[in-house]
Amino acid sequence: MARKDLEVLLEDNMEGKTPEEKPAAEPTHEKPAPRPGPRPKKAEVGPRFVVSSSPHMHDGRTVSQIMRFVIIALAPAALYSIYIFGLDALRVILISTASAMIFEAISQKIMKRPVALRDSSAALTGLLLAMNLPSTSPWWLIVVGNFFAIVIAKQLYGGLGYNPFNPALVGRVVLLISFPVHMTARWVTASRFGTDAVTTATPLSQMKESLATLGHIDIAFGREEIFDLLIGNRAGCLGETSVILLALGGLFLIWKRVISWRIPVMFIGAVWAMTGIFHLFDPAHYIDPSFHVITGGLFIGAIFMATDYVTSPVTKKGMLIFGAGCGIITVLIRLWGAYPEGVSFAILLMNAATPLIDRYTKPRVFGAVDTKAAA
Amino acid sequence: MGSGRFFGGVHPSYNKGLADSSAIVEMPLPERLVVFFAQNLGVPSQPVVKKGDEVKKGQVIAEAGGFVSTPVHAPTSGTIGSIDIYPSPVGVDAPAAVLVPDGKDEWFEGCNVERSSEGLGVKKIKEMIHDKGIVGMGGATFPTHVKLSPLAEKKMDLLVINGAECEPYLTADHRLMVEHAEGIRDGASLFATVIGVRNVVVAIEKNKPDAIEVMCKAVVGCQGFSVEAMDVIYPQGAEKQLIYTLTKRKVPAGGLPMDVGVLVQNVGTALAAYEAVRYNRPLIQRVVTVTGSGIREPKNVLARVGTRFEDLVKFCGGLEGDAAKCINGGPMMGVAQYSLDAAVTKGTSGLVILRQEEVTQFVSDACIRCARCLEVCPMKLNPSALSIFIEKMRFEDANEYNVMDCIECGCCAYVCPSRRPMVHHFRRAKAEVRKLQRKTG
Repeated sequence: MARKDLEVLLEDNMEGKTPEEKPAAEPTHEKPAPRPGPRPKKAEVGPRFVVSSSPHMHDGRTVSQIMRFVIIALAPAALYSIYIFGLDALRVILISTASAMIFEAISQKIMKRPVALRDSSAALTGLLLAMNLPSTSPWWLIVVGNFFAIVIAKQLYGGLGYNPFNPALVGRVVLLISFPVHMTARWVTASRFGTDAVTTATPLSQMKESLATLGHIDIAFGREEIFDLLIGNRAGCLGETSVILLALGGLFLIWKRVISWRIPVMFIGAVWAMTGIFHLFDPAHYIDPSFHVITGGLFIGAIFMATDYVTSPVTKKGMLIFGAGCGIITVLIRLWGAYPEGVSFAILLMNAATPLIDRYTKPRVFGAVDTKAAA
Repeated sequence: MGSGRFFGGVHPSYNKGLADSSAIVEMPLPERLVVFFAQNLGVPSQPVVKKGDEVKKGQVIAEAGGFVSTPVHAPTSGTIGSIDIYPSPVGVDAPAAVLVPDGKDEWFEGCNVERSSEGLGVKKIKEMIHDKGIVGMGGATFPTHVKLSPLAEKKMDLLVINGAECEPYLTADHRLMVEHAEGIRDGASLFATVIGVRNVVVAIEKNKPDAIEVMCKAVVGCQGFSVEAMDVIYPQGAEKQLIYTLTKRKVPAGGLPMDVGVLVQNVGTALAAYEAVRYNRPLIQRVVTVTGSGIREPKNVLARVGTRFEDLVKFCGGLEGDAAKCINGGPMMGVAQYSLDAAVTKGTSGLVILRQEEVTQFVSDACIRCARCLEVCPMKLNPSALSIFIEKMRFEDANEYNVMDCIECGCCAYVCPSRRPMVHHFRRAKAEVRKLQRKTG
């Protein structure tokens, strides 16, 4: 219906006007001064409702719920680290979590953003960073790490959702590069299993040392050693030790559909396959792939760090590529890099590739017309 | 028939138990009816009445405004009180006639007369479906005669009668199938005759076992008819997903069901078409599920087109004290109402009233890229990336990421932990992309 006709029709038929008022036979389109837009309705008394776009239902999941699930999944490994490393581990966890939350609150205040400690993401970052530190870390080291994690890597980029790099890993890598002595040279073996806490090297650095000094691998890797590695009787960060509990946490997250299996499985699988191939050809210089899988920070990295939503791809194919990429870079660093461990660097490097991966693995829309077939 | 399982989807709480066992009740005539002139998708109809006119039930009050348009009929006999702009249930104000019933409910001459539908030609059936104002009653209100006119080069081989009713809360189609299975079947036969197909599938979700049973009985002995029980997953009833479930055929992006030889019609449309052809009854009433925790007595109401929501709510016992949201249609795709001033149209499948505690606030926190939306999107889009583009007004990028293929089912927003108003973004982007396309050519 033409706009003008409609106005005329409305003009003539509104409430409070009788049909007699309408001039007979006058051609309606010549009517002067059309009504300016719809007449505002008289306010009627009646219930008023909330108006919003559809849908009007939600499954109830929240960001803080997801963060809490991850913290729960991490809890067994964290508690176990206190059990084996003693109160020192508890000290690291408390300082780290608290400082992360304080930095979060302060920076949100300064940047005039709503203080969102309730989403638990800062607490999780603090806990994750603690799991990546040795139990001997001095308090200032932990605080500096959390400053970089929360303020530099997260809030300066815009806060939760906008950070390109995993905040906890940025914190860890800054410490690793700036304070190598504190971060790598003061390992203690779990006190629970030895007589005392003995300063010793991690299995991966032992391997690297034996390669450098002897020219071949000289590390016992029998049933007893595997058992020790699995239950965490070794030197390492808080979270590196208990492979079994970390794996259980991962299964819990997959079961709760918080993370998908893709990144952890591809990550660990790539490390195992790649080191396996080298081991097959040259076992004297390349240790058993299972050793690579259960040592170092692979499990905590693959399950809890690489799966960080914000910094990993959203597409299914992208997750597979991301996981595999992390695994390959980890192996490259472990076998030929300057550092004994490469998980953190690998994840951060792949973080940088995430937008690109997402772009090139754009899902094909349902019913996509095959352009090749059409051409 | 190959049965597929479409990608994605969600399992909202269906809450159909509120009304699924209450039989359809006819609502007495209210004091006034507000009949909108634009009752179909496409070209609005042209009013042919003026203030003070006496009309009979079934008399045309607005004529079709073009091919993609249908006439609108008076839902009862009475006087046109006025013609004015009223808030329509889809959110925009639109012209409507206020009809004051005279209480006699007298049919217009020639309407409501039984006649044989045997031996009617394709053209005649289509004409009657058009003349009686039949539109898609699942909610889209697309004129049925247009859907019944597929392009000649498309080889049609299947008619799907959509009784999935995958929207939570709604039970109108469910009750129709239980109570009017024969009419639906006969309406389906008419459609099948018109488009020349032999195979007819009545597709029903498994959460309606009584409807499946009754429909199965109704189609016994009907050549080519079958009833398919489908898994319960939203949006099972969306056209493209439904066709994939039943046939594994994929409607091409940007295409129509006829591109894969299928026509989908809602069960209510089939019944309305049957009544139009067999009894010469225009589409002047429909079943509306009035339900939700915010209404005292949830019911499936047979209401005249034009029944104001206020009257509908009164008929169902009134609102609970903390009723906070009123939705025209289902809670996944329906339109939230500001007040109860709007009225039933041919597309009003339900009125869902929710309480304060059930109202979700979509607040648009930052996307944390959890990828849950990618897992549930039945069109395999990347809602996460799309919503970020749209927030930054990057509509060309949104177009490149296929925002135009979005069916607005709401699965992405339903699962979003950041409570982002995804569908709102996508509707906006679609409008902006259309604007861009018009500009460029």
